[in-house]
Amino acid sequence: MKTTEELHQILSGQFGEEACELKADEKVAPWIIVKPDLIRDIAKYLRDEKGLRFDSLMCLSGVHYQKENELGVTYHLYSTTEKHKLTLKVIMPEDDAHLPTVEQIWKTADWHEREAYDMFGIRFDGHPDPRRILCPDDWEGYPLRKDYQVQEFYRGMKVEY
Amino acid sequence: MGLLDKKYQDSNIIVVSLEKALNWARKSSLWYMQFGLACCAIEMMATAASRYDFDRFGIIPRSSPRQADVMIVAGTVTLKMATRIKRLYEQMSEPRYVISMGSCSNCGGPYWEHGYHVLKGVDRVVPVDVYVPGCPPRPEALLQGFLHLQNKIMNETLVEGINPDKPVVIQDKGGDQIDIKNVDETDEHKTAQIEFPQQDVKSKKEGA
Amino acid sequence: MTNVKEKGPEVTLTPPRDTGKGLKTQEMVINMGPQHPSTHGVLRMELTLDGEIVTNAIPHIGYLHRCFEKHSEAMNDYAKVIPYVDRMDYVAAMNNELGYAIAMERLMDIRVNDRVEYIRIIMSELQRIASHLLAIGTFGLDIGAFTPFLYCFIEREKVLDIFEKASGARLLYNYIWIGGLMNDVPADFKSDTAEFVKSFRPKIKELNDLLSMNKIFIDRTANIGVLPEKVAINYGVSGPSLRGSGVHWDLRRDDPYSIYDRFDFDVIVGKGEMGTLGDCWDRYIVRVREMEESLKIIEQALDQMPEEGDVHEAVPKKIRPPAGEIYCRTETPRGELGYYIISDKSTSPFRVKARAPSFVNLSVLPAISIGAMVADMVAIIGSIDIVLGEVDR
Repeated sequence: MKTTEELHQILSGQFGEEACELKADEKVAPWIIVKPDLIRDIAKYLRDEKGLRFDSLMCLSGVHYQKENELGVTYHLYSTTEKHKLTLKVIMPEDDAHLPTVEQIWKTADWHEREAYDMFGIRFDGHPDPRRILCPDDWEGYPLRKDYQVQEFYRGMKVEY
Repeated sequence: MGLLDKKYQDSNIIVVSLEKALNWARKSSLWYMQFGLACCAIEMMATAASRYDFDRFGIIPRSSPRQADVMIVAGTVTLKMATRIKRLYEQMSEPRYVISMGSCSNCGGPYWEHGYHVLKGVDRVVPVDVYVPGCPPRPEALLQGFLHLQNKIMNETLVEGINPDKPVVIQDKGGDQIDIKNVDETDEHKTAQIEFPQQDVKSKKEGA
Repeated sequence: MTNVKEKGPEVTLTPPRDTGKGLKTQEMVINMGPQHPSTHGVLRMELTLDGEIVTNAIPHIGYLHRCFEKHSEAMNDYAKVIPYVDRMDYVAAMNNELGYAIAMERLMDIRVNDRVEYIRIIMSELQRIASHLLAIGTFGLDIGAFTPFLYCFIEREKVLDIFEKASGARLLYNYIWIGGLMNDVPADFKSDTAEFVKSFRPKIKELNDLLSMNKIFIDRTANIGVLPEKVAINYGVSGPSLRGSGVHWDLRRDDPYSIYDRFDFDVIVGKGEMGTLGDCWDRYIVRVREMEESLKIIEQALDQMPEEGDVHEAVPKKIRPPAGEIYCRTETPRGELGYYIISDKSTSPFRVKARAPSFVNLSVLPAISIGAMVADMVAIIGSIDIVLGEVDR
């Protein structure tokens, strides 16, 4: 059982100080912001390293920070053997949002990443099946972006009420 | 009755008009297509199950649209599903009826405003005979909807006047009295045609 | 079903091959759903078949995508999200509400009184029974056993009667609010529930005799769709589907929320009694036995429930949580339901993401169905117990 502060120490020792940044808030659980390019290596390290063993990815969510013109991905990790939790965040610029996939590390990320692509347009490099998952393939735009404008017609059917 | 007057002693013979006999046969075995979309489908299952028992009205589920008389659109119709609903409706054989069950398929329900992926009413793609309100409607409400449909079927006629292929509105005047007329078809939504995609959908190579 | 072409992953079929007896065979693709009596809604499966054997299975979802996350952002009040939460997993609405309410209460640091807690526990355990009854009934229906479906629905209606007395609705309740309940339970709630618990216990045995130990049923489900423990954890499977693989994992015990730590109950796991550990029968029997555990919890809760307490005591007048975020997970009948809520100090959520158990559980389907017979697909889908409203949200 390790706290986020301890995990941050371990990660910055392994990947360098600039790779990950600890954000602590009194109100809510702290989280670690990591560099987009490194997420896959960090994820692999977190899963396989003795004493960490984050074998389950609870949730993967895309977030659109409209004010900052940024897109983010939040990973909630849990270890079923060590019983500790960790929140990782990746922040990317809105116009060039892509990061390596973690599908090969946790299979459950497969559909979560497809959903994040479908809803936010975040691209996951190396994903084996990068298609939309909920919306149809010929849907326009990314619905959960804050500036989303719904299309007027879809295959001849009026979308608005 | 002339020559045939009182010739038949067997009490199993009933004399009715052809129209009425056809309608009676039609209304007494309404087989619905077993297919649910969302929450309302659970209530539809409950209506078919032990306590409410659809069977006593001759209403039984069929899994194939070819064998079904009535389609219950039970739940939210999304834009992705709407093309399939249309296709299923086209596969049913005449005479076919549609019951729209629940607010979502009536008009979009709670998703009417922000539901970018929800079709605001199934009547934009298929003609609807009976609308059952509720979110979800109670089983009693669905039964009431079927009784309305039976009433409507009993008033069908072989002569011209109303076009049974076009959507109609019913006004229940109490008892057996019912007023049926075709809907005004200037409403633009009712005539919306689905464009089925071509085989070569322009491929979007997004997402590495 | 339909032949509307959609861009999918490239399906490569093996070239025709000669069996040596003058017959040529080739793989074939069939579509199962979205209108199919056994896909529990609008799931579409693209199956590649080599004769009767499934060589590849691709689930297509999104036919019931009702934009839950968009709605929760568009509503200008956190409380207005609850009706949409109901409609996510419409078979277990109480559990969904409980998860959302607990997440919001942790974010806002609200404590509710004991009466509210006990009523919530009783309601969510009753809902678990109702949901499992539906899962079992429709699973039997998929396999070809019609009668258990009717038996299950008789019992389910009794639970719904209790809910209806309390909340006024049969299916979608909007009963558990942030910081309390919609209203207090009616006066005869305790006696009604106690009576149901008493009458339901023998019915479980009846169900076991009727379905669980039926030779045909066992033949259809044992050794089918085996889900090994390691695969299950890697895919993030949770709930009865995970416990069916022999993993002792239940959030009610392992990450307790509300007042579950006050009750004595067992975590049921599959043991591979009828065949391999983690097969369809194991996943099924976990649900049947969990209903008994739920009855235990309800009995204890009825005994301990205080008579006094205002259910509106902690309901906030204006819901304006501090800026921050939370990920909170609870155990619904289908598994781990997590809410990831981000608040930006305004009255409407900045982001609500629901980590739906069915969504994650369904993603394991290709892994366990390859190599199965095509007729077993309905058994495998039924044993995972998905609700499409939650898969697509």
